[in-house]
Amino acid sequence: MNRSSNTTPMITVSGCVIVAIRDDLDDQDIVALQDQLVEEVSRRSAHGVIIDISSLEIVDTFAGRMLGAMAQMADIMNARTIVVGMRPAVAMTLIELGMTLDGVETALNADKAIALIMGDRLKGL
Amino acid sequence: MANVTTASILVENYDRVLVGWLKVQAKEGVKRTDLVSAKESEKQSRNLLDALAGVLPNHDSEELAEMADPSWEPVRDVLESIAENRTQRGVSTTEMGWFIGSLKQPIFEILQSELADKPRLLMREIWNTTRIVDQIVLHAIETLVRKREAIIERQRAEMTEVSAPVVKIWDRIVTVPLIGTLDSFRAQTVMENLLESIIQWEAEVAIIDITGVSTVDTLVAQHLLKTAAAVRLMGAECVICGISPKIAQTVVNLGVDLPNIVTRIDLQSGLSYAFERSGQMPGKL
Repeated sequence: MNRSSNTTPMITVSGCVIVAIRDDLDDQDIVALQDQLVEEVSRRSAHGVIIDISSLEIVDTFAGRMLGAMAQMADIMNARTIVVGMRPAVAMTLIELGMTLDGVETALNADKAIALIMGDRLKGL
Repeated sequence: MANVTTASILVENYDRVLVGWLKVQAKEGVKRTDLVSAKESEKQSRNLLDALAGVLPNHDSEELAEMADPSWEPVRDVLESIAENRTQRGVSTTEMGWFIGSLKQPIFEILQSELADKPRLLMREIWNTTRIVDQIVLHAIETLVRKREAIIERQRAEMTEVSAPVVKIWDRIVTVPLIGTLDSFRAQTVMENLLESIIQWEAEVAIIDITGVSTVDTLVAQHLLKTAAAVRLMGAECVICGISPKIAQTVVNLGVDLPNIVTRIDLQSGLSYAFERSGQMPGKL
């Protein structure tokens, strides 16, 4: 695979998949990332997904839609998905594009998202 | 008199021109005694004439008066100060134009009496005078308009500066009090400031206080919706408070829907909701 250098690193910590999206992703990379993410969730039977987009400076409708789709997919696989670290400029762009990502849960940073997911799990135990 | 020109008239018949000019100003109704006192008007007229009498003789009457030329600087300076003074008093552009344009009449009168027997020369000098005075009028009006634009620009900048202060009201809680009307430009500034402050203070709850917003129409509601959605995308929650009975009525009557937005009647209840959401108890901190 000549695109292997562009795969996004994913780490799973006690059943929670953490992905940090890089800034230079093109449309193909995003599609690949989506595949990779759902694979990882199913393989580890993860119960939480954190997508950190703090390094993302530009979004278009495609990236926004894929972000929403990824969150929904993980959700129906029973993993609570939280998008964290969105920049003000990105948030404003998405709103102007009419993409409010209604079904997606958000948090200020990965720290808070982990607290949310872990809190969930402790309750479940 | 060997060679009578506009310049020579200004220099040699200075007093006659000035007296004539002031008289015309009074007659034409351009002397706004309610805005500019007669004494001030006379002083301004005298300054302008002084500058003109100083500049004109150095120029060939055939060449076009170039206001941008450095040699015209004294005239420009006088116009600048006149415009400055009159902008503050609220003089209109027409009045400013007439004020200077009326200078033509006394000069024409003198030209006519001096060159009565030389119609060709008279025509040429009338044309020269017209050209020079018109140039000055145009420049004066331009200066006046520029001064006004500067004032408008400054006021707008001041407005934006004071219009969207985001305050960190408590740990992880920010608030922005909105006052007056919310247009697109201001709404954008509010949104930017609010989102930046969420990052800066790691806020979990953002309170928008619209107690001071006089009317909420569909456009304002849309701006509020957008801001709330952007705040949510950032991972914080948005509370809108200060919904008066009147605003509640208009919003519902307009058919505006505020889905997924927490609303509270005043800042106090908004704040107590924020405490609850961020898991804080005031007084125990």
